[in-house]
Amino acid sequence: MSTALLTDLTIFVLSLWVGFEVISKVPATLHTPLMSAANSIHGIVLAGAMLIAVTADNAVGYVIAFIAAAFAAMNVVGGYAVTGRMLKMFKKRPAAPAPAPPAEAAAANGGTSAGRPA
Amino acid sequence: MSGFTWTTQLLYVLAASCFVLGLHMMNNPATARRGNQVSVAGMVGAIAVTLAIVIHSGAVTATGWAVMLAGALVGSAVGLYAARTVQMTAMPQLVSVFNAVGGGAAALVAIHEYIRLSSGHVSVATTVTTLLDVLIGSVTFSGSIIAAGKLQGVITSAPVTFPGARVVNLLLAVVALGTGGYMIASYSLPGLIIVIIAALAFGVAMVMPIGGADMPVVISLLNAFTGTAVAMAGFVIQNWALIIAGALVGASGGILTKLMADAMNRSIRNIIVGGFGTGDSAPVVAGATGSVKSVAADDAAIQLAYASKVIIVPGYGLAAAQAQHEVAGLAELLESRGVDVSYAIHPVAGRMPGHMNVLLAEANVPYPQLKEMEEINPEFARTDVALVIGANDVTNPAARRAGTAISGMPILDVDQAKSIIVIKRSMGHGYAGIDNELYADPKTSMYFADAKTALADLTSAVKTLVG
Repeated sequence: MSTALLTDLTIFVLSLWVGFEVISKVPATLHTPLMSAANSIHGIVLAGAMLIAVTADNAVGYVIAFIAAAFAAMNVVGGYAVTGRMLKMFKKRPAAPAPAPPAEAAAANGGTSAGRPA
Repeated sequence: MSGFTWTTQLLYVLAASCFVLGLHMMNNPATARRGNQVSVAGMVGAIAVTLAIVIHSGAVTATGWAVMLAGALVGSAVGLYAARTVQMTAMPQLVSVFNAVGGGAAALVAIHEYIRLSSGHVSVATTVTTLLDVLIGSVTFSGSIIAAGKLQGVITSAPVTFPGARVVNLLLAVVALGTGGYMIASYSLPGLIIVIIAALAFGVAMVMPIGGADMPVVISLLNAFTGTAVAMAGFVIQNWALIIAGALVGASGGILTKLMADAMNRSIRNIIVGGFGTGDSAPVVAGATGSVKSVAADDAAIQLAYASKVIIVPGYGLAAAQAQHEVAGLAELLESRGVDVSYAIHPVAGRMPGHMNVLLAEANVPYPQLKEMEEINPEFARTDVALVIGANDVTNPAARRAGTAISGMPILDVDQAKSIIVIKRSMGHGYAGIDNELYADPKTSMYFADAKTALADLTSAVKTLVG
């Protein structure tokens, strides 16, 4: 067993624990964006795809490098874009509030709205 | 270690820190968006560092540059187009496709490395990590494509099984692992090809028998697989950034898989081996109709309009009917009358973890109104009307008793509300295939209609009522 492998294993195991710790705190409300974000993070495989292009020097190598680069780029770019798009929709209050607050309606209801958080 | 290697490794660690920080910031909807940006920054950094390494190596041929850049451009364009145009209801398919290409890319990295090393000595450690990467990556690739096809409706979402399916699965696993064992003993390129083919076939065979309702578990599991495959690719090419990022994703997928399986009251093994779970195609048969009370729009509107607290319980039926905008409209109208409205979201409401929240957020529902199961359950007792739309098994009180198909499954305590209105097309069964005792409750009124029509009618009835 080489030292390099041992180091890699250590990093892998500790990262798993960090992942468990951090992700178990994400609320269920955000589980879809979380999965999409995690998806984008494994788009780091693009770095791997770029590195194999360094050693590619024949037709097979080029084809593999091309497909790997295309797959990984699609993963990372699309993943981040769609995660951003989803998270943009999560708002505390609707972007365009109802034009006129129906004060009469609330009053007619016996003022039950008084304690509602705004 | 040269100064250049030092610097690049440190920058990779910095990028990995950004990923962790970005995930950490997703623990709150208010900071989640910035978290995603932090993660993007880390990724841009990691890619820039890799580019520097590639240039520094000085070994890339002109063709090498051309294929790398062309691939990255084509992939980015396709990814960006898909991300911009996808419907929120189709999000599970898109995530599956991204998952598939991620797993495929990870497998390709190891395949390339293995072919390149053909001439020299390949250590056992490299062979083992290569094999793991290729196996997991290929299974994820084909499995995710099938999952996406099922979610999109291109492939039937019903479980597809045939006699002897399990034998075929076992055979594929034996072939892949046996060939792998041989490859550890001696280098073999044909062996690698056999492993790839067997793993691809195994991925198809694994997902085909899984029904539509189990998809949240499958997608989470495949996500965990991709993470692991990427980490293995990191072992093969000795790159820490890939190892750390892959492990983070593996952990995330693992947690979500467990959460989903628990929320559905099923073990992961049961789902993979099972091959039932046809949530979509619940037969429209009259269940125990007994003493079910039905209600018309006007009466339901009166109950809602004069309630002081309403909880909406949306299920997949709501998303299937594309009625999330209608429900948001009704909620807004009720709120403008001073009714306290919130949404009770069961963990498996939708086709992937948290899917329902995204659909409602898209319909402009403010996220503080979206309540998780543990948070909302104590509130049902203080609720005047619980409005159940397209949710079935997750509201069935039978889950609290032993000896039913859903015993032990965590449910929303809808039956504790003062009155309950259920919008449903028929008395058809949910995915568990049993009667929902909630429907026979004297406090429950059934509103038989399509979710979209029902909500539109309810909204206009409330409007007429209050002038």
